[in-house]
Amino acid sequence: MNAVTSPLAPGASRIEGTPMVEMRDICISFGGIRAVDDVSVDLYPGEVVGLLGHNGAGKSTLIKILAGAYKPDAGEIRIKGEKADIANPRDAKRYGIETIYQTLALADNVDAAANLFLGRELMTAWGTLDDVAMEAATREVMGRLNPNFRKFKEPVRGLSGGQRQSVAIARAIHFNAKILIMDEPTAALGPQETAQVAELIKQLKAEGIAIFLISHDIHDVFDLADRVSVMKNGKLVGTARTSDVTKDEVLGMIILGKSPPGALAGPGAAAD
Amino acid sequence: MTDTTTTSTPIPAAPPPGSPAAKPGSRPGSAPAAAPTSFIGALEIDVRFLGMLGALAVIWVVFDILAGGTFLTARNLWNLSVQSSSIAVMSTGMVLVIVMRHIDLSVGSILGVTGMIMAVFQVSTLMPTFGFNHPAVIILTLAAGISAGAAIGALHGFVIAYLGVPAFIVTLGGLLVWRGAAWAVAEGKTIPLVDDNFKLLGGGANGSVGEMWSWVIAVIACLAIAAAAVQARRQRQRFHFPQKPVWAEFVIVIAGCLAVIAATLVVNAYTLPPVLARRYAEAAGLTVPPEGIAISFGFAIPVLVALAVGIVMTFVTNRTRFGRYVFAIGGNPEAADLAGINTRRVTLAVFALMGALAAIGAAISTARLNSATNAQGTLDELYVIAAAVIGGTSLAGGSGTIAGAMLGALVMQSLQSGMVLMRVDTPYQNIVVGIVLVFAVWIDTVYRKRIK
Repeated sequence: MNAVTSPLAPGASRIEGTPMVEMRDICISFGGIRAVDDVSVDLYPGEVVGLLGHNGAGKSTLIKILAGAYKPDAGEIRIKGEKADIANPRDAKRYGIETIYQTLALADNVDAAANLFLGRELMTAWGTLDDVAMEAATREVMGRLNPNFRKFKEPVRGLSGGQRQSVAIARAIHFNAKILIMDEPTAALGPQETAQVAELIKQLKAEGIAIFLISHDIHDVFDLADRVSVMKNGKLVGTARTSDVTKDEVLGMIILGKSPPGALAGPGAAAD
Repeated sequence: MTDTTTTSTPIPAAPPPGSPAAKPGSRPGSAPAAAPTSFIGALEIDVRFLGMLGALAVIWVVFDILAGGTFLTARNLWNLSVQSSSIAVMSTGMVLVIVMRHIDLSVGSILGVTGMIMAVFQVSTLMPTFGFNHPAVIILTLAAGISAGAAIGALHGFVIAYLGVPAFIVTLGGLLVWRGAAWAVAEGKTIPLVDDNFKLLGGGANGSVGEMWSWVIAVIACLAIAAAAVQARRQRQRFHFPQKPVWAEFVIVIAGCLAVIAATLVVNAYTLPPVLARRYAEAAGLTVPPEGIAISFGFAIPVLVALAVGIVMTFVTNRTRFGRYVFAIGGNPEAADLAGINTRRVTLAVFALMGALAAIGAAISTARLNSATNAQGTLDELYVIAAAVIGGTSLAGGSGTIAGAMLGALVMQSLQSGMVLMRVDTPYQNIVVGIVLVFAVWIDTVYRKRIK
């Protein structure tokens, strides 16, 4: 099960091997505003990287580029060292990139199974939707994530926040994700459900899945992440291993844009 | 069949905390659901659809009383079914358009122009080429009309999806453009149809299938209803899902069959007038007994066309990827985009389909009038939209059913037909229809709020 060993095993001084994802010098503008300005981040197998920053710092835009929702104006994405051409969400999924969006991105008027398989429906031999097979798969994966879930026939609009969240998570992990992007995954959850999501992240990480964890709240991320990359005003302030910096230092990165000595400063770091 | 499940192999191996170590092979999510609480709940029927059937029954009974027993006659119900067909066909497409949060105001004009194209093509090209009543004439006439309709719809869809012009504006433009085009096709002349086979699409004594074939169709329909129920049960058995109680299955199948049989009895009870029946029988070489002969109309061909369209469209919405995407886009366009669905292509396809259905509507209504005029289908867009909306299609997008819209078309036509029988003048008919439309949507809004 744990065939993939984390390159960030405790005590490892340096990251080794090829990164699962490299985003290099990514730029994107919307109507003259540089939402993401020359940002480079990377992510290794079995690693959790927290992407931090204020609301509007450009985190969600950056990961939407990786997820194929936006096309960058400049920069390149490498998956396992090879240049990846991600023009749309389907391409991203082909590279094993799955995304849990902040908005969850669920179609409220159809049921859990339809959402889970949206865009990759199971079909019968006659080319029709195999709803029973999809429901069976949904029951299986939901049984693992949220054993009390029973509303398989109901449109997801009738589900609670936590249930909707588990549908969105189920969709991301059901298709053998290698790279998981979680945009504020606990924003809509209560304390108990938040703890469950944290456990799930640890578990997926142990299986060698590389995870980008996006949050504006450092407390959500600091204990789970191996490294944090901080963005401010569309620029990268810096990247640091969580073992090398304190929470206060990371907070300084987020608020002041100041890169501490333990971090690798990015182009967005404030000059002293 | 079984290989469809292989892609669903589990990913996270260990259960998250809180789930008591799921044993291998156990199906955590598939424990039998709680027993259905109510009679209706056990039957799993759409309550809204049931409500509409009730409303239709009330309308029919009230009109029958007000119109002195002339409404609930075999003749009137048969006519009602024929008059509803064209709008019913188009309303199935309008459901998908509205589900995707769009609107199509141009269907009446598309009906006009495609009807005109079919008539002119038939009279000026096909007839001289193939000769009188050659089977190729009806086939090529329909092919030309449906292709033209689909092309017009696709053009609208292209401008809406790829150029980003709102559907309201594009189809409002289309309403004017294609109405003008209908005039331009024959410079305003009325074109009489020549092909007798094509005229069958309009109904009438010849355009009906007769008593025997009506029963054949009824038996096939009943068998199909039963087969569908058995098939659904088998599918659910395959994965050990909770099943509907057996008595509920029987109730549904029997109710469905009774409805089919009742409809067949009604259309067969409508017989040709004695003089025509005698002439028809003599022409067919039958010996006519002295007390006269009863020749039933049976199901009208346009009604069968409409039912076939309804079945195909229901299949498309419920059982195909395309239908699933239409609803997903209507529910949350952004989510559909992020799921990798090509929303633009689906939008274009929906408008093309709407155009093709408008052409089928045109075939029915031109055949019924035996000619194409450039005013044909005027205001039909509003009846089609009203039928879809009365049938429970939400203008906010994301919800609606084909069967509901077709029933909505029948409700609209019942109102008009009833008022004609009551000798209400046309302007007053419009007043009533307008009020009923607003009232029906208000009731629906109240219903939706309550179930939330």
